[in-house]
Amino acid sequence: MSCYLYAVAPAAARAAADGPRGVGGAAVTTVRERDLVAVVSEVPDEEFSEEALRQRLEDLERLEEVARTHHGVVDALAAHGPVLPLRLATVYHDPARVREVLQERYEEFAGVLASIGDRVEWGVKIYARDTAPTGPPPAPSPAGARSGRAYLEQRLRLRREREDGRRSALELCRRADAELSAAADRVAHHRPQDPRLSGEDGENVLNAAYLVRRDRAERFTALVRGLAARERGVRVELTGPWAPYSFTAGQTV
Amino acid sequence: VTAADPGPEVRPAAVAAREIALVDLLDRLLAGGVVVTGDITLSIADVDLVRISLNAVITSVEAAVPAAAGGRRR
Repeated sequence: MSCYLYAVAPAAARAAADGPRGVGGAAVTTVRERDLVAVVSEVPDEEFSEEALRQRLEDLERLEEVARTHHGVVDALAAHGPVLPLRLATVYHDPARVREVLQERYEEFAGVLASIGDRVEWGVKIYARDTAPTGPPPAPSPAGARSGRAYLEQRLRLRREREDGRRSALELCRRADAELSAAADRVAHHRPQDPRLSGEDGENVLNAAYLVRRDRAERFTALVRGLAARERGVRVELTGPWAPYSFTAGQTV
Repeated sequence: VTAADPGPEVRPAAVAAREIALVDLLDRLLAGGVVVTGDITLSIADVDLVRISLNAVITSVEAAVPAAAGGRRR
């Protein structure tokens, strides 16, 4: 059996690992090294060979299944305290290899854990309101050149309105990001989401994550709600608290 | 969807309280998290993983949701 690695956490998190099942319904266990544990579960070798893994991640349904399971395990740990989430699909040949890696990289893991401390991540997305007309533009009437021009003028006006809306949304988003960053310890910017993926209306102009101390969560979320109430031209979406995924991204251990 | 209402709106999506959007999850799980070189993922470059997976997502969404039946306005 291979070993799927979800997270590294202080050894105290061991009890919390007794939460949701892992990939394929396997029990989640821990591999300990000094005061750290790697949170793992067994996965069948043949399903997690390189080729099988690649195919799995190219298949939306199976990708989603792994992603939700991975997150479920990480999230249960994060509810109890600090945790370092691992990149999706980190797999070793056996628990002994996990222990080896934990031994070799102990200092790095401990260092990143200490730098995160008791902080969690909040996601904030801002969408420009879609000001496009909801119906098709009025068809030019056959009355002649005059109404034809009126039609074109209206089209131009609508386009200008939409561009103005987008510009002010971008400005607002810069201000909002500065305000939220000041209330957070770190900020990370994700690429704006493709509406084909998110299914959301309006252009995603900000897709950011903020690292915030747990005891400052209320203040931070109140700030986001205040922003949403104050700024009428955009829609604000708050997600979290998340384990600090976005703040461990640069860490190659 | 309350997109037609221009009033203030924020979705305080406590992660446990509602299903997390897959796209939010993938932002974090494919581009975030500590990268440790595993025994198996060894030859899959991170960038490729993201590209492959997101292409898969877009392609699947497009296949599953024909443009006319998208449920999106406009």
